[in-house]
Order: sequence, then C-alpha cells, then structure tokens
Amino acid sequence: MATPERPDRPGGWSDPGQDAEDRELERRKRQLEAKLSAHPVRAPADEGRQEPKGGMAGLAQGLKLSSEFIAGIAVGAGLGWAIDLFAGTSPWGLIIFLMLGFAAGVLNVLRSVGRVAPSAVPGPGEANRNLRAPGGPDRGDRGGSGK
Amino acid sequence: MATDPIHHFYINRLVPIEIGGLDLSFTNSSLFMLATAAAAGGFLYLATSSRAVVPGRGQSVAEMAYEFVGNMLRDSAGAGGMRFFPLVFSLFLFVLVANLLGMFPYFFAVTSHIIVTFALAMLVIGTVVVYGFMKHGLGFLRLFVPHGVPGYLVPLVTLIEVISFLSRPISLSIRLFANILAGHITLAVFSGFVVSMSALGAVGVVGSILPLAMTVALTGLEFLVAFLQAYVFAVLTCMYLNDAVHPGH
Repeated sequence: MATPERPDRPGGWSDPGQDAEDRELERRKRQLEAKLSAHPVRAPADEGRQEPKGGMAGLAQGLKLSSEFIAGIAVGAGLGWAIDLFAGTSPWGLIIFLMLGFAAGVLNVLRSVGRVAPSAVPGPGEANRNLRAPGGPDRGDRGGSGK
Repeated sequence: MATDPIHHFYINRLVPIEIGGLDLSFTNSSLFMLATAAAAGGFLYLATSSRAVVPGRGQSVAEMAYEFVGNMLRDSAGAGGMRFFPLVFSLFLFVLVANLLGMFPYFFAVTSHIIVTFALAMLVIGTVVVYGFMKHGLGFLRLFVPHGVPGYLVPLVTLIEVISFLSRPISLSIRLFANILAGHITLAVFSGFVVSMSALGAVGVVGSILPLAMTVALTGLEFLVAFLQAYVFAVLTCMYLNDAVHPGH
C-alpha cells in the first residue's frame, strides 16, 4: 500500500504487480481478439447476418450456393468455347476452361460460405493462414483493418 | 387462362416503337419498371418532404432504409465506399420495390426476367471495373493475383480468379431472377390447383382448401424472398464495390 490509491478504483488498492497483471491480461485479450478475427473460418458477413433462421434460410443458402457454382462453370465453359471459336483449338479450350471453371465454381462456393479467407491484409495470425492460398484479395479487407 | 402458370411472365407490347429495325416498344415490363422507379422515388420524396426532427411514419421508414443501406455499405466497403451510396441505395430500392410490386395479383414482376437482373448486375460489375481502373490503374489487376501463392501456381490461380470474377454478374443475376421466377411459378401452380379442383364439384371445392392454404403460405414466403433477395443483391454489390475501392494490398 505504498503507492497512492487510484481514484478510478473505489476503495481500490493498487500495487504495481496487480497493474502489470492487468496489463498482461489486457494484452493477451487483444491478442486473442486479433487471432480470432484473422481466423480463416469465419461466418460469412454477407447473408448470414440478417437471414431468418429456419427452413427458408437453408433454401436461400442452397439457391445461392448453386448459383455461384453454376455461374463459375458456365463462365469457364463459355470462355473455353469462345477461345476455341477464335483460335480454332477445339476442343482443348473448352476442356481446359471447363475444368478451370469448375475450380472457380468451387472457389466461389467456398468463398461465399467463408471457408476461404477473403482478406488479403497481412496481420497477426498470418502464420496459420496457409489455407488461404487460393483465397486471394477478393472481398477485400472487410473486418481486417476496418478501412 | 388461370391454369397457365407462366402466363404472367409474357411481355406484351403496349406502345409498339421500332427505330432502325430495333424493337424499342414500350412493353408491360417497361411500364412496371417505370412504376417501380416512380413508386420508390415518389415514396422517398413524400417521406422526406416534411423533414421533421421527430420523424413521422413515412420519414421513419425512409430513414431506416437509409441507415440500413448506409451501414451495410460502410461495413463492407469502409468509409471510402460511401461515395457509391447513391448507386447501392437506388439498386436496393429498385430491386425491393420491383419485387414487392410483382407480388400484386395481375402485376408484372420485373425482376423475374433475367435480362433485367443481368443488366443490373452488369451495372454493378461495370462500376467496379471502371472505378477500379480509374482509381488504381493497372494495380486493379492485383485483385486477380493473390499473394502468398507459390510462383509456379500463380498463372493457374490467376486464371481461376479471373473466371471467378467473371462469374459474379452471372451468379448475381441468376440468383435474383431464379428466386423470383421460381416463387411466382410456384404460386401460380398452386393457385391453379385451386381453380381446377373447385371445378370438380363439392368434393373438389373442399379439397381445394389444401392448395389454397399452400398459396397463402407461399405468399408470405414470397414477401420474405422479395426482401431477402433485395438485401442479398445490395450486400453483394457492396462487397464487389469493396474490391474496386481496395483491390488487395
């Protein structure tokens, strides 16, 4: 009790050890927060938020995911077909781009359920982000740096 | 007539106009797009005309819509995204009002036609691309090159990212159009059951209560879908605009 009492703690005693402990706790809390927010698996902030719970949400989710997937394949196949048309490489363009489109469709789906981290902002927790390799800077830094 | 479930999607020319071989007729679709714009604009104009400190009912709704879209945009695209607020707000209101107007019996659901939703989606993606290149120049292309990828994978991943980017307007438009189209067809089929069953005499009339109940339930569902799809469209718009404002780092 050698140190003067802190005015912000009614009846409080404050030895330096306690303060250091508080600070340490505070620091660890912040670290955990940063780690959690940087975790690759996060709730998709888009539709998940306001969607009503229940069967309808599942139906909406299903329609959404299927449209993402189909769009990826359709665009891939369309590109391949167009390339074949202009370069006369039929059928290789179609075959290759159909597969690429398939990959893009899977990427779309994974991204829209939040399994692939959208963020490209380097931050704490970068080490455990090997998963995000195909993620890319898509969807920007929402929630990452706040700007 | 009542049993044709896609009858209400037909486009009718109200005022045939043809310029240089192009069919630019004023159709029922155009009419309802105009009605949508007029309803949304008129509502906002009336609601905000008094500008009271303590808002009335209409003003409350207008303010809620503003706050809703504003928060959504700020959350996903940051403060820099707020310059797109007019675009996102108009899109949201247009889709929402078009969906809701389509819920009236005998009205035409504008968003049940893929060309309309595709045009809206292309407007969004066009804005993203144009603004992205204007603001960042070729740096916008970094959007397609995720960092942290081993060098030999970059071409492949970039191709996949490009396809994924190109598929956005398609999935955006398909989602809205498919939801509205499917909902309206389901409604029409079930209400068609009511008509055809009640033509079968007393038993049919009693039995037609079932599809009638289904129609009522589906109507509620469709109102939900109308709101949900407008919301989803606006949220995805915000996310895509975010890419234009900050394309990677």
